[in-house]
Amino acid sequence: MSGIVLLLIVLGLGALAFILARGKALSSVGGDQRALHSRPHYYGFSASILTIAPAVALMVVWGFGQSTLVQSSVAELIPASAIAEGQTVGLLMGDVQRIANGLDTAVAEGALSSDAAATLSTGADDIRGILGSVGVALGADVDPAILKAAQSYRAMQSSGATLRMIAVIGVALLGLTYGFMQTSATYRARNSVERSMRWTLIAAASVAVFTTLGIVFSVIFNTIEFFQLYPAKDFFLSLTWSPSFGGGSELGVFPLLWGTLYISLIALMVAVPTGLFSAIYLSEYASPKVRAFAKPLLEVLAGIPTIVYGLFALLTVGPLLVNVFGDGGILGVNWMQGGTAVMTAGLVMGIMLIPFVSSLSDDIINAVPQALRDGSLGLGATPSETIRQVVIPAALPGIVGAILLAASRAIGETMIVVLGAGAAARLSMNPFDAMTTVTAKIVSQLTGDADFASPEALVAFALAMTLFVITLGLNVIALGIVRKYREQYE
Amino acid sequence: MDDLRYMEMPVDQDTKISASNVQIYYGDNQAIKDVNVEIADKTVTAFIGPSGCGKSTFLRCLNRMNDTIDICRVEGTIKIDGDDIYDNAVDPVQLRAKVGMVFQKPNPFPKSIYDNVAYGPKVHGLAKSKADLDVIVEKALRRGAIWDEVKDRLHAPGTGLSGGQQQRLCIARAVATEPEVLLMDEPCSALDPIATAQVEELIDELRQSYSLVIVTHSMQQAARVSQRTAFFHLGNLVEFGDTSQIFTNPQDSRTESYITGRIG
Repeated sequence: MSGIVLLLIVLGLGALAFILARGKALSSVGGDQRALHSRPHYYGFSASILTIAPAVALMVVWGFGQSTLVQSSVAELIPASAIAEGQTVGLLMGDVQRIANGLDTAVAEGALSSDAAATLSTGADDIRGILGSVGVALGADVDPAILKAAQSYRAMQSSGATLRMIAVIGVALLGLTYGFMQTSATYRARNSVERSMRWTLIAAASVAVFTTLGIVFSVIFNTIEFFQLYPAKDFFLSLTWSPSFGGGSELGVFPLLWGTLYISLIALMVAVPTGLFSAIYLSEYASPKVRAFAKPLLEVLAGIPTIVYGLFALLTVGPLLVNVFGDGGILGVNWMQGGTAVMTAGLVMGIMLIPFVSSLSDDIINAVPQALRDGSLGLGATPSETIRQVVIPAALPGIVGAILLAASRAIGETMIVVLGAGAAARLSMNPFDAMTTVTAKIVSQLTGDADFASPEALVAFALAMTLFVITLGLNVIALGIVRKYREQYE
Repeated sequence: MDDLRYMEMPVDQDTKISASNVQIYYGDNQAIKDVNVEIADKTVTAFIGPSGCGKSTFLRCLNRMNDTIDICRVEGTIKIDGDDIYDNAVDPVQLRAKVGMVFQKPNPFPKSIYDNVAYGPKVHGLAKSKADLDVIVEKALRRGAIWDEVKDRLHAPGTGLSGGQQQRLCIARAVATEPEVLLMDEPCSALDPIATAQVEELIDELRQSYSLVIVTHSMQQAARVSQRTAFFHLGNLVEFGDTSQIFTNPQDSRTESYITGRIG
């Protein structure tokens, strides 16, 4: 029986619990709602939750437990002799699962009877042919030991599923009975529903927290592994980045960090003034009509996927810059060799960040009380004096926060850099040179054919950790600034 | 009501502001209907009337603060020292330097006490040097009757003061630009009785040098601080005259109803 059907049964029992408990609560007071502690549907929900929640929780836990248990006991069935050179038990387990799933499909499509599937043997039957006929392609003929393992895998899975069904329905029935029994006029059903509501919300909030922790730990462990293979001193202090998958790479983070910071700096130099000025225009000068039209339009920029910005950098901005700064260009200087450069990526990234800065700043500037503007205008200051000397200083903490958030976006940006900045890790002051960033190198180190256990691949995690620490630091500073000065004008 | 001081103050000053046939509209809504009023120099003029009667709107027209509201439209003429302030040649920024304003809620800038007061003089270039500015700031704070309380912490934030101190700081800030007229929009409505008394005392002192116009909800306050009183009702100027006469012998039945508490 599949999980979906089981889930539907549990939900059905839950609905039944609702009707029963609600009915019992109402009949216990002769239909007079006001004699109940809670409104009738709370009794229903309370019993319903008692029925569904433990059963579903058991289903989930059982699902994880069973697959782990079955995997490890089946893995023991595979003899060491069946493991060929260069293979691992893990890879063979993949085969086992594929064959087991294939047999399931064959049974489902009627190519095999379920008895036959359990008793197939490599000598007597053409397993590859049978499975091929139902659309499961195997690379080679099946090893007898693997087939044996696959068959016992199927057997264990199916008995596990039966046990699970019994256990889950049992728990649901127990919950239903308990919920029904405790329903009485004085039972505080509303409080119990509120409590479960609270736990549901806590669970939702924990998902984000635990995922973050999980990501951080997986990066930390891989980073530690990397530093066991490659000295941390060289990683942080070496000025050369030249990975070679044959070994003997130099993996200094410095050129990548330089590229990241240089590009982010140019991006911020574009985005901060433009974004801030447009925010000031929109919040202080624009008529409501212009504002209603321009603000959404500006925010559309934020919705463009960064890969599209990357294309824009590669196909439009890069060649344009070469026409101006390149060999034979308008300025007659030869600063720029190719279209991909720090300047290209920085400019385009700056455009990407404009709505980010302007939208946040606009909200912050709007939050400055009108009384402050009136006060300044009432003293005979002009609108621009008012903005420069009263509104912006009052909004400054928020604006700084917005800029730092934009900076962490810039530092973490990947696609624009991959397409716009080039791939050469180099330390140069010339903004028209091609450079690369931490993020772009994480992509290139992990998307090759490299052995995952080599320092050349694992360095990606150390890079990711570096990036994570930098952006986390920026976010913490941003939050700190915003919090410290938030109430300044209140 | 023995705190009424109006009896001692005869009014025979020159006219500072004269408004004739002023109509003010918010969109299609007429907020002020055909108001004529003459406001004397070196006198406190109080605008009283029930909420929504247009007294604040009219006050804000006297230094064109309503310009910042898009839908607001003013007709008629308002003259200060004989010059029409709605003339095209008049820059509202210059006008506001001459006609200062204090608002209902104390609104110190999120700057130091010193910078709050120095703001106006800096904007208008009134000080030639830092020493000049120090003198101006001290003088303004003294006239704002707050110097003794803040002289030791001029560089503390103005927002850290108490409500009454903040309002006196705002008055000092308005005084620092040397205006000729000071408009006050319910300056004491956010203050406790002690702070109110301090601000009222201050208003009485400022009368020596300025023409003051004060909007107030409190009739006792109007009686205490003003020499002339204008009663607004539903956008009309119902009655305008010496405070003593308005409070003891109102000519219009609506004025009488309002000051005796029957309408409000």
